[in-house]
Amino acid sequence: MFPSAFEYYAPKTLDEVYGLLAQYGDEAKILAGGQSLLPMMKLRLAAPSVLIDIGSLGQLSSATETAEGLSMGALMRHKTIETSHWPHYPLLRETAPWIADPLVRNRGTIGGSLAHADPAADWGAALLALGASVQIESRDRIRHMALEEFFVDLYTTALEPQEVLTRIVIPVPATAATFARYLKLERKVGDFAVVGVAITVSLAIDGTVAQAGIGMAAMSGVPFAAHQTESLLVGRQLTPALIKEVSESASQEGDPESDRRGSAEYKRSMARVFVERGLSQILQQWESTQSA
Amino acid sequence: MAIEATETRPLGKAIKRKEDPRLVRGQGRYLDDIVLPGMLYMALARSPYAHARIKEIRLDQAYQVPGVKAILTGADLEKMNLSWMPTLAGDRQMVLATGKVLFQYQEVAAVVAESRAAAEDAVQLIEIDYEPLAPVVDPYAALKADAPLLREDRDQKDNHIFHWEVGDRKATDDALASSPVVVKEFIRMPRVHPAPVEPCGCIADYQKATGKLTWYVTSQAPHAHRTVLALVSGLPEHMIHVISPDIGGGFGNKVPVYPGYVCSVVMSLQLGRPVKWVETRTENIATTNFARDYHMTAEIGATQEGIVTALKVATIADHGAFDAAADPSKFPAGLFSIVTGSYDFPVAFAEVDGVYTNKAPGGVAYRCSFRVTEASYLIERVMNTLALKLNLDPAEIRRRNFIRSEQFPYQSPLGWTYDSGNYDATLNEALKLVDYEQLRKQQAERRAGGELVGIGISTFTEIVGAGPSNTFDILGIKMFDSCEIRIHPTGKAIARLGTRHQGQGHETTFAQVIADELGMTAADVLIEEGDTDTAPYGLGTYASRSTPTAGGAAALAARRIRQKAIQIAAHLLEVSPDDVEWNGEKFAAKGLESRAVGMSEVALAAYTNLPEGMEPGLEATYYYDPPNLTFPNGAYVAMVAIDRGTGEVKVERFVAVDDCGTVINPMVVDGQVHGGLTEGFGIAFMQEIAYDEDGNNLAPNFMEYLVPTAVEAPHWETGRTVTPSPHHPIGAKGVGESPNVGSPAAFVNAVVDALSPYGVTNVEIPLFPWKVWNVLKELGLTQ
Ligand SMILES: Cc1cc2nc3c(=O)[nH]c(=O)nc-3n(C[C@H](O)[C@H](O)[C@H](O)COP(=O)(O)OP(=O)(O)OC[C@H]3O[C@@H](n4cnc5c(N)ncnc54)[C@H](O)[C@@H]3O)c2cc1C
Repeated sequence: MFPSAFEYYAPKTLDEVYGLLAQYGDEAKILAGGQSLLPMMKLRLAAPSVLIDIGSLGQLSSATETAEGLSMGALMRHKTIETSHWPHYPLLRETAPWIADPLVRNRGTIGGSLAHADPAADWGAALLALGASVQIESRDRIRHMALEEFFVDLYTTALEPQEVLTRIVIPVPATAATFARYLKLERKVGDFAVVGVAITVSLAIDGTVAQAGIGMAAMSGVPFAAHQTESLLVGRQLTPALIKEVSESASQEGDPESDRRGSAEYKRSMARVFVERGLSQILQQWESTQSA
Repeated sequence: MAIEATETRPLGKAIKRKEDPRLVRGQGRYLDDIVLPGMLYMALARSPYAHARIKEIRLDQAYQVPGVKAILTGADLEKMNLSWMPTLAGDRQMVLATGKVLFQYQEVAAVVAESRAAAEDAVQLIEIDYEPLAPVVDPYAALKADAPLLREDRDQKDNHIFHWEVGDRKATDDALASSPVVVKEFIRMPRVHPAPVEPCGCIADYQKATGKLTWYVTSQAPHAHRTVLALVSGLPEHMIHVISPDIGGGFGNKVPVYPGYVCSVVMSLQLGRPVKWVETRTENIATTNFARDYHMTAEIGATQEGIVTALKVATIADHGAFDAAADPSKFPAGLFSIVTGSYDFPVAFAEVDGVYTNKAPGGVAYRCSFRVTEASYLIERVMNTLALKLNLDPAEIRRRNFIRSEQFPYQSPLGWTYDSGNYDATLNEALKLVDYEQLRKQQAERRAGGELVGIGISTFTEIVGAGPSNTFDILGIKMFDSCEIRIHPTGKAIARLGTRHQGQGHETTFAQVIADELGMTAADVLIEEGDTDTAPYGLGTYASRSTPTAGGAAALAARRIRQKAIQIAAHLLEVSPDDVEWNGEKFAAKGLESRAVGMSEVALAAYTNLPEGMEPGLEATYYYDPPNLTFPNGAYVAMVAIDRGTGEVKVERFVAVDDCGTVINPMVVDGQVHGGLTEGFGIAFMQEIAYDEDGNNLAPNFMEYLVPTAVEAPHWETGRTVTPSPHHPIGAKGVGESPNVGSPAAFVNAVVDALSPYGVTNVEIPLFPWKVWNVLKELGLTQ
């Protein structure tokens, strides 16, 4: 690769990061796994003159699980999440293997993916479905915000130039009977989603939906939470009829664009097909746990 | 199971590839691995526009970049009479643009600097003022009378390049008019790119002190490239040393000469230092030779029983800005006239019109012996339409029309003499392997359950091994090939050939051919290719020509060695040469089987203990001019299921039975077939170099130009029939390209079969899921 010239720093503490951010301002870019930033630099679509590699900030590479939820460091690699086991959050493991290819997953981080804010990113869709929030830190303050507010526009987040995304927090689901699916249409392995649908459903003992999350990739200018469809599910018994109704609703959400991966009409249809398939698989899985 | 290279009688055995230990350990030596002392790096400035007049080029900013040594523009080259270069197709191509640019990413200036980074930085600072002109992207629009003129340099003032036709137009029209059944189909083979993993590049190293130019280049045809360079540059040919190191895939992309090559040579000549130029991925995909872009209409006439009576084909060939096709000189549409395929057409007529558009120049034969993929795809697709029209099974329509084995050598209506084949046997083997009857039953059951399941057949005939000197030349150079063998005193050999492999396995297979002729093992024979100072002259490796040409030369050179060896053996055995017999491994005294000497004894004697008066040494060279091409064939069967929700097509089965005559190494053949099928899969389902209406390339990288990986590739099942070529020294034909040539039609015929109950006869590739979904939608078949 032949990027424009840049200086490289590898600070050991967040304080040093803040210092460098203050010093270089707009010229600097944070480097996490490099799997979005470096391809852009290679094509000279991005040309930061300073790279601040946050890879040495060990405290951002691990997760802690409490009764309230799961707190994940922004530097956790896709691969680590793929191979971790958090039974309350099955959507994480369902989603991770769909991201890119093993090479990219070994390097890319969950925080980098969110900060990059690609509307087709898989983590965006999955973490919206999980109702996640983010923790953002700078020298002066720590703020928390819902992920939905964090995504502002195409490749644009609420992060300010002096800020670092440090943690992603997922609230514990409403019930222990939580099921999840990630469905993705890709043109080949390593491709971004033509359409991606993340589904997580927590069922009450009687099989009614206690909580539902549906996130969508490539269905809007930002990763997108299908709230209208989620609300149709909550409080109702998961049945084939409901699934049909809900998937019709899913195809009405979002605002996909026609491009080389398909027309808007096609993408809407894929959202419908995936919601239907995902929920049907979840229903089947639940039924089999019932009969067992 | 693979067999070690120390095996005796190696021909036909699955000897492990000798090149693999080096290549799979990352110890190959590719062009970009080569670093010479004092080497400079070159980068190219390219046009953002598809069609624009160049108003001004300003270089002062770029020259400010530290480390920049020189910047070359079209105006500089014009002074050397080098701003244009000849293409292999007899057209000419701009090296660096002068006047105007004719395609997006066209080469406009070359920067040479102490580092690649500095060269890239300087490229960004070259200021070029363009006046955009109306681009012509569609080849049909290019032919309209009011279309903008693209090539102002030509005397001819339109965008038409050539008209080429073959066959009997009148007899074909008459036959079609009187045929009870006629089917007609428009078949488009979109522009694709060979996309080798290693892009093109070179290092030009001109030593002022010696006057010798060493040119390391990613070349499938190093000898031809040396000659072209000698002609273009005026350097004496013996002072040009071309080295083609390990090549990371070629597929036709590394046959032509590219502007970057010329610029780096010019720069090295001027600066007296080595100059390296290596493409980026985008440069490779967006500027070097593409393939296909054939827009074909075919009509087949037939009787009610489905016996074909005539074939008529009209084609528009989009060549982009320059006709940079790498076909043999007398064949502007390559060997497209193989379009009658495996079928006994009494009459046929084909015509091709070449057209200029504001797109990258080409087109090259991408793993295809000169437009044979286009021809095979067309005939195999339209035979399918005929079967549908007559409600005949696609296997049956083929059986009724195959050239029968007793008809060989078969004279095709478009002028070829097919050497051999047993098409029924090949098809039967494929149907047996796939269990065709069972498959059709399963299909009927699954269809009844609402599934969209299809079975497609392709029974293609290839035409490879260009070729006989009475027909084939490139820029006048006849298309023979060569082999030189030297046996050393201890009985080990080095053999050099005029070809240049890029993954085909020559280091193993040619060693097997030679070893088998001489009673040696493949381990005893080192194959070297790609160095013009050491190897005999040859036309290179593409179009599945290496085994038919250089492979023949290898066997015949070995036999020449045997002629001399038999004399030496007689001397050692103390019998007369007439009483010495070659038993396949050794020279034995007739009637005295226990008295025998092998090649190692003979070799030692050739240097130590010769018969009186015999010239020492044991070497031979053979330049083999094949009497004919070879005509491999195959029968491929695909089974697919279409997802009614997403439009995705899943290939559930794929059986490929190839007949490439004598098989030198079955494992290598399987490897070639697997690779070619995977490429054919990509062509059918994933790939197109598309342009928007302004001529912007929409797939200039691997994010958009999709290359299948092991994940996408279906499971391949292979089989073989063996019908040797009667004229080839060991009966071998080519095979490298058969799978790429034959498979696209099998995939598409399967998809059409799945949809044929709903009236579909044709779908356009590439079959992206959304495209299939659109068809389903129109038919009311979506989930
Ligand atoms: C071939 C390929 C295929 C891919 N396919 C997919 C896919 O299928 N699905 C998918 O979802 N993604 C895909 N990706 C993207 C991949 O997931 C990236 O890893 C991810 O988008 C970025 O994470 P990173 O750690 O590599 O971030 P980097 O590239 O290092 O950074 C990305 C951006 O985020 C900023 N940033 C990073 N970390 C922080 C932080 N903690 N605080 C503030 N700003 C930060 C950087 O400054 C930069 O602007 C693919 C990438 C490649 C190269």
